[in-house]
Amino acid sequence: MSDKVDIVALAKLARLDVSDAEVAKLEKEIPEILKFVEAIQKADISDVSETKSLRNVMRADENPIESGKYTKKLLDAAPAREGDRVAVKQVISRKK
Amino acid sequence: MDLSTLTITEARRALDAKAYSALELTNAYLDAIAEKDGELHAYLEVWADSAREEAKAADAMIAAGKSQSLTGIPLAIKDNLLVEGRVASSASKILENYVASYDATVIAKLKAQGAVFLGRTNMDEFAMGSSTENSAYGPTKNPHDLSRVPGGSSGGSAAAVAAGLALGALGSDTGGSIRQPASHCGLVGLKPTYGAVSRFGLMPMGSSLDQIGPLAKTIADAQILFDAIRGHDLNDSTSSPENFYPQNPFKRVIGVPRAFISKGVDEDVLARFNATLDILKNAGYEIRDVDMPNLPYALPVYYIICPAEVSTNLARYDGIRYGLSVPADTIGEVYTKTRGAGFGPEVRRRTLIGTFVLSSGYADAYYRKARSVRELIRADFARAFEGVDAVAMPTAPGSAFRIGEKASDPLAMYLEDIFSVTANLAGVPAISVPGGTVERDGKKLPVGFQLIAPHGGEETLFTIGKDVEAR
Repeated sequence: MSDKVDIVALAKLARLDVSDAEVAKLEKEIPEILKFVEAIQKADISDVSETKSLRNVMRADENPIESGKYTKKLLDAAPAREGDRVAVKQVISRKK
Repeated sequence: MDLSTLTITEARRALDAKAYSALELTNAYLDAIAEKDGELHAYLEVWADSAREEAKAADAMIAAGKSQSLTGIPLAIKDNLLVEGRVASSASKILENYVASYDATVIAKLKAQGAVFLGRTNMDEFAMGSSTENSAYGPTKNPHDLSRVPGGSSGGSAAAVAAGLALGALGSDTGGSIRQPASHCGLVGLKPTYGAVSRFGLMPMGSSLDQIGPLAKTIADAQILFDAIRGHDLNDSTSSPENFYPQNPFKRVIGVPRAFISKGVDEDVLARFNATLDILKNAGYEIRDVDMPNLPYALPVYYIICPAEVSTNLARYDGIRYGLSVPADTIGEVYTKTRGAGFGPEVRRRTLIGTFVLSSGYADAYYRKARSVRELIRADFARAFEGVDAVAMPTAPGSAFRIGEKASDPLAMYLEDIFSVTANLAGVPAISVPGGTVERDGKKLPVGFQLIAPHGGEETLFTIGKDVEAR
């Protein structure tokens, strides 16, 4: 089911720059790995219910941290900033 | 003091008896690192100055009679754990200059005890790998044979402890990354129950699998480290409250999934495993075969779920909030170029596999099916634990391999994890204890004996592990 994998399309989805040489290598490796993991298709899961082992853990929305307490520390890690903001390239552009 | 055999337990006694000071102990480790680590490359960075200051503070605690189990004990920390003000890179180029903004909960707990932090240790990039060869900063060598890998991904932590360059270390284990290097370096390595230790401040890889745990020379030392870092934490919603899992009475029965371990294991490694079972039999344990028919699916399930979680978790490294940022004309290009330049080959491979198994049209056949099969594996363990205290398997199918031997074959590397991923998928605790040696090219190499207990059963692992240790 995975003989042909479109590495370029996957790389685009994953926001990952991949060189042509690496695409050629991955076009061999990734189908091999997928073929290996496809062994699970033989497993019978007709009686499986996942719900019993999982539960949600929520925290009460109270006692907020004092505003600004960590601002400097976190902003110091940002590659680009303007004042107390993380600076990024324009996200939404007007259609021309 | 002989650092090659010194344990945390013995150092604690000596420090409290004032046989030597914490500063003297720390200086001895810093000297040993300066002498040996050029060759081993266990550390990515040594924090000599702050370690000496921490040792002096520990000496003051000891003098004031306020010593705790890890006061003044020099430890090594895997490079994916945050120590405030220190670089934490996960051995990746994308975080080469990232300075941690806060302490991981485990670090805060160790600081409160007055532990000494010697430095951050090498690892496979973002903990993806089984040899430490995937580090962006070069491989770590195995102290038992410098031409071989120490295992991974916590290979730097393991090599540091095994070579006497730290008294103990923290690692993280997503599919065997504490236990397999412990096995290859002749140490005790514990992957605690999912939820036993807070992951706050651990760089996430596979969030449904990751746990932080200790690497140490003895079970007693591993126990001391585990007791220091465990506990419920409101900053990690997956951490469990105290006594969350009721424990069965101890029966002295160990289960062996014979059918599963009979294939793909080196003959002499299997012989060492059987010899360790004999030791337990002589110590009064009943050894029983257990039928766990879904274990052969564990590795395929793991290599779907882990990459899926990797591809989502590592989306955060995009050049915006921290780490490397490659300038480009559009925000989309900032993402692709930053990630393209910052991630190494195995991280890229898993990110793409994860993107594939989660993509529309394939998610049902891969990711959702894998989650269901994971429940079958969980059920296999639950059924086995109705009759036995613990399940035993080899930690890894072989001993330490040569540097470069598996580097060009991702599937061969993945097979290293065949026995260890089972515990992460089920969320149960597992320990690797030294289980004898095998000979390769005239050198004696250690192999690990793995024990897996029900949720919350760390004490069971320590109890049985001590009977193995007493051989």
